[in-house]
Amino acid sequence: MSVTTTPNGYTLDTGGQRVVVDPVTRIEGHMRCEVNVDANNVITNAVSTGTMWRGLEVILKGRDPRDAWAFVERICGVCTGCHALTSVRAVEDALDIKIPYNAFLIREMMAKTLQVHDHVVHFYHLHALDWVNPVNALKADPKATSKLQQLTGPNHPNSSPGYFRDVQTRIRKFIESGQLGPFKNGYWDNPAYKLSPEADLMAVTHYLEALDLQKEFVKLHTVFGGKNPHPNYLVGGVPCAINMDGDMAAGAPLNMERLNFVKARIDEMKAFNDNVYIPDVLAIASFYKKQLWGGGLGAKSVMDYGAYPTVNYDKSTDQLPGGVILDDNWDNVMEVDPRDPDQVQEFVNHSWYKYPDESKGLHPWDGITDPNYDVSSAKGTHTNIEEIDEHAKYSWIKAPRWRGHAVEVGPLSRYTLAYAQGVEYVQDQVHRSVSAFNALAGTDLGAKPILQSTIGRTLARALESQYCSDMMVDDWHRLMDNIKAGDTATANMEKWDPATWPKEAKGVGITAAPRGALGHWIRIKDGKIENYQCVVPTTWNGSPRDPEGNIGAFEACLIGTPVERAEEPVEILRNLHSFDPCLACSTHVMSEEGEELVSAKVR
Amino acid sequence: MSEQKKVLVLGIGNILWADEGFGVRTLEHLQSHYEFPENVTLLDGGTQGVYLVQDVRDADILIVFDAIDYGLAPGTMKIIKNEGVPKFMGAKKVSLHQTGFQEVLALADMMGDYPEQIILIGVQPEYIEDFGGSLRPVVKAQIDPAVEQALAFMDANGISYTKRAAPFVPGDFSEDAILTMDNYEQGRPSEAEACRMGDDRILASDEFRVAEPELAKVGDSPVKVDVDHHLDKYR
Repeated sequence: MSVTTTPNGYTLDTGGQRVVVDPVTRIEGHMRCEVNVDANNVITNAVSTGTMWRGLEVILKGRDPRDAWAFVERICGVCTGCHALTSVRAVEDALDIKIPYNAFLIREMMAKTLQVHDHVVHFYHLHALDWVNPVNALKADPKATSKLQQLTGPNHPNSSPGYFRDVQTRIRKFIESGQLGPFKNGYWDNPAYKLSPEADLMAVTHYLEALDLQKEFVKLHTVFGGKNPHPNYLVGGVPCAINMDGDMAAGAPLNMERLNFVKARIDEMKAFNDNVYIPDVLAIASFYKKQLWGGGLGAKSVMDYGAYPTVNYDKSTDQLPGGVILDDNWDNVMEVDPRDPDQVQEFVNHSWYKYPDESKGLHPWDGITDPNYDVSSAKGTHTNIEEIDEHAKYSWIKAPRWRGHAVEVGPLSRYTLAYAQGVEYVQDQVHRSVSAFNALAGTDLGAKPILQSTIGRTLARALESQYCSDMMVDDWHRLMDNIKAGDTATANMEKWDPATWPKEAKGVGITAAPRGALGHWIRIKDGKIENYQCVVPTTWNGSPRDPEGNIGAFEACLIGTPVERAEEPVEILRNLHSFDPCLACSTHVMSEEGEELVSAKVR
Repeated sequence: MSEQKKVLVLGIGNILWADEGFGVRTLEHLQSHYEFPENVTLLDGGTQGVYLVQDVRDADILIVFDAIDYGLAPGTMKIIKNEGVPKFMGAKKVSLHQTGFQEVLALADMMGDYPEQIILIGVQPEYIEDFGGSLRPVVKAQIDPAVEQALAFMDANGISYTKRAAPFVPGDFSEDAILTMDNYEQGRPSEAEACRMGDDRILASDEFRVAEPELAKVGDSPVKVDVDHHLDKYR
């Protein structure tokens, strides 16, 4: 039992009850979380452990750099495409390949579609049940639900009392049959749930609508990338030719009919964001006006590399400009250079890896991925760990730092940076949201207290989804104009042949992935990959402590959060889910009845 | 009358995971030997979870091939119909966002488009934890009987099909496809060439000790799921 203060300003008290949540569910991959809770049920210490090893860096060694995208894309099927995009960017950077304007626009639309798809699916299908209680929705008055819908999202066509009554009847039949299906593993009588029955019914209804629509959104990937998940990419451009008058028989998948189809999908995304997603997040947020905690590092130190330039290769035209803010000082946005060996570094003294000198961090170009699993100081046995020892190595996630500082990444970080740098579109969105929140909640709060919270993280994700659908409308028109002007190039193959490459080269690719700043660093030697390192958003956010003792974003967001019932970790899941954690895909241990063997243990 | 009904024949599972590939391999076998009218769709569902909802909602009749842990002798085929299906489809969550097929059925139900009829043709796997392995003989031997069961169900429901004069041969593009069962089995590198059972640097290191397999417990009843036999040599 001890009380310490970290260099980044968090007081950690390891007294009180220890609560273990393992695995954390409704995320991708394997994660464990332990917290200490004091006598007032407030979290005073948090330990986040990534419990699986990715190892792709090892698989890639010695392979053809032009193939790397296809391997790294399969890190995960959810953020599908963003690793492929980052990989082709890294290889093109190393070999100094510039892609055609059409390829740039098509990649932009694919990346933004992923944002919308990923954000919508995250909110409705992974995160909503932290806020929404489907059992409570059975008590709703469909007429009042219809009124709520018309108040919050007046332009959404599905708003009649009959429509909500139908959905309610189906859910009732389902829940009363004793099969909760996707609503299993909930703590539905926990007072941490605050929505009115009508808001619950509206949200559950949109859960089903979103499920129906998400399959339409990703059709944009199937047009440009041939398939989804895992659309195809290409070093030098995009693997789809343009022939506006073609019937696709000649092998050119893009003609006028397909491009109109793409536009229809973009309009669909925009309508859903404007009329359903944003209104839902604001309506739900207003019920949790007294639970605006969980800001953690997002309220202090944030980072992004910047994304969505209007002119390719010109970072000054980024529509979501990057940078670093430290200690909540929005007046001082510092530049990020992913090439600078002193900026982005990964530490492993609390991670299950080996470095020759673990007091120092390594820049990804010089990164080492050498596993060193050791839980000898944890309580319990090797296969049944009762309590992790956070003073030793305790995670398969490395600890990336920017000039030694722990930073949060993600939509909230991007929105903080864009707001602080005066991006008008973003400021308007935030101001409109703050007004709507205050009107619904009867509060008079400014932007910071709303944004710098678990709710704020969830709101920023929705706003980014809306921004992406609007940016895509511009991208689409630019693509049409460029094609009409006679440019149909989609790939630059001048340096396809490895004989044209230098003997040694290194490059970096950066992307605004749905969960935050994503970077791939590659070294190429004699035409093969010599070293490849991915520093993914969840590495930043889920990082364990560093040699200085700074805690990462997952751990920081939990400190100070009160929980209603220590044995039902609703608040812990809510805070962690607000990051949309992704630790790569795998399977889970299940019982015959399909119950996930999740345990929340109180010690 | 059933000619107008939409039929979905779905094979689900992971072909890279030994007996877990039973559903998909059976579907491939059905496709290579039989032809179907337009109202019948054959779909390799792979490990897609919630994204299969759209196809299930479109179906009036759903036929599913899958490897299911019924707790029976390896290779035992068991057929479940209609209400019984969701209970047995819950045992594993192999897919995106950790959703299982049980949830796919639940969501289709909640969206008001539940199939009128469902038949699950399942086989008890013998061994799953062999990454890059194929079906064990006892499970592979159930492909033909499973297809026969599906055809008998189609006969009983007036769903038409014809036997192909010669087995369907994939076109040029898929001739070298590594994932056809023959190519997949023949193209498997030796254990020396490709690490198969995990990384020795971790598994054989002093820092790592592999525990004796334990039965998970749900309430009072022990449940056997994914016992790590492949780690035996490190125990």
